[in-house]
Amino acid sequence: MEKVLKKYWPLFVVPTMAAFTIGFIVPFLQGLYLSFCQFTTIKKAKWVGFDNYIRVFTDDPEPLTDSLWFTVAFAAVSIVLINLIGFLFALVLTRGLKGTNLFRTVFFMPNLIGGVVLGYIWQILINGLLSVVGEPLLALNTTAGYWGLIILMCWQQVGYMMIIYIAGLQSVPESLIEAAKIDGATSLQTLLKIKIPMIMQSVTICVFLTLTNSFKLFDQNMALTNGEPMNTTTMLALNIYKTFYNRTGAQWKGLGQAKAVIFCILVVLISFGQLRATRGKEVQQ
Amino acid sequence: MKKKVTDALLIVLMLILAVSFLYPVFLILFNSLKEETSISTNTVFTLPTAETFAGLKNYWDAVTSKGFFVSFGYSLVITVTSVAAICLFCAMCAWFITRVQNKWTSMIYYLCVFSMVVPFQMVMYTLSKTADTLKLNTPWNIWVIYLGFGAGLAVFMFTGFMKSIPLEVEEAAMIDGCNPIQTFFRIVFPMLRPTMVSVGILEAMWVWNDYLLPTLVLDIKKYRTIPMLIQYFKGSYGKVEMGPMMASIMLTIIPIVIVYLAGQKHIIKGVAAGAVKG
Repeated sequence: MEKVLKKYWPLFVVPTMAAFTIGFIVPFLQGLYLSFCQFTTIKKAKWVGFDNYIRVFTDDPEPLTDSLWFTVAFAAVSIVLINLIGFLFALVLTRGLKGTNLFRTVFFMPNLIGGVVLGYIWQILINGLLSVVGEPLLALNTTAGYWGLIILMCWQQVGYMMIIYIAGLQSVPESLIEAAKIDGATSLQTLLKIKIPMIMQSVTICVFLTLTNSFKLFDQNMALTNGEPMNTTTMLALNIYKTFYNRTGAQWKGLGQAKAVIFCILVVLISFGQLRATRGKEVQQ
Repeated sequence: MKKKVTDALLIVLMLILAVSFLYPVFLILFNSLKEETSISTNTVFTLPTAETFAGLKNYWDAVTSKGFFVSFGYSLVITVTSVAAICLFCAMCAWFITRVQNKWTSMIYYLCVFSMVVPFQMVMYTLSKTADTLKLNTPWNIWVIYLGFGAGLAVFMFTGFMKSIPLEVEEAAMIDGCNPIQTFFRIVFPMLRPTMVSVGILEAMWVWNDYLLPTLVLDIKKYRTIPMLIQYFKGSYGKVEMGPMMASIMLTIIPIVIVYLAGQKHIIKGVAAGAVKG
């Protein structure tokens, strides 16, 4: 079969790969090349070596490191909260409570609303709250922007992680839990010694998804705070976007592209690092 | 007895949480029914009164003068064409690379996995220029870009599933005289349906809500998708009109909620299955 199928590659592989080349491979390689150039358009690019990369750390009005720390602070808290709340919801909704389906439906719903729309919904809500308590609005309030982003992301993603954790919990064999009960395990012991080890695969996936989503976050960041005040709530993706599109002049696009390459390397390293770290903790069933 | 009390308490807690989950949307709903002039930051929590109630005026405005339906149409065309292309072509590609094993096919697989992790900012500038050069910058052919950028996840999920399909069925079909095209469409394609639903839902959620890619690729003066329209209201294009903006947000959410309620069983199953494959 393999031999016959092989001859059909133009039909099976070429459509996807042609689009993949246009949509990913070519832009990726060009992007890599342009990070070593000064350019205003792709055709007018002048090779400058590592200049852009040096400027990222020495001469950048929107320092990437500031955004990196903000992103890390955001990611650390939001990953823990989203996974913890999602897991607790999953535990409660696998007890056979009345209304389980309704709760599941409601908690998952925010996922379907797009990031830009979510950002504006929460901007209206949070600014309303801030004005009631007499605090400065989001445009002037870094702390509110930080917690606002975290609350928004929890609201959006808790339901998604909950669904994955529910699927995980439902796949834990009933016999294992029964056996533990007969041996006299308390429900806390069953949770810690049986359920959690058995769903490590779900944990890997959920941590991976929340981690990459947090690091790549753009729409919600742009819509909720747009980096205000004074770029103190600008995350990595928005930082790069601003260098690219909010500035005019020959020196900025190269700088932005170099920052994008650094961002890309960072995300790739973190993602694969996380996968390796938690995959090791999974139990083979 | 003890379990009953805990359960009752948990139901109450979940009810409170469910209401607070719905509140932000409810807030936008009642504010969208207020007169434009009486929408302000400090009265955002007050329900519309007889004086401030505007009926459907903001909705009328959003639909007639702000071009909501045109944007809705563009978003729909882009989502349907992109998701259809991704489901068909990536399934074909995934079948080929699982059944033909050599260094090319494994290279394709690893490239796809890699592309899933790469952030969009890495390619955003060059991608938008490439799209301009190749004239892929209209709602009718931007699907090529989405196919390219969405291929990673789709090929990855399809191959994950393909590995579990027994080879014998396909071999039997080939021995009975099917060529690979017939085998794929008559045998493999029907078996892929559950995965197809997962992939379709995940990709549709992404394409429908995507903001940055269409903003950079499409001509913003000619074509605005729904996320672009919402941003356009708020962006620095003049005074912010909160009434029509909130009406547009509601008009965006309502069809999503309807689709969700109609197909929630598939959506939730699709998400769970998609995650396990991932």
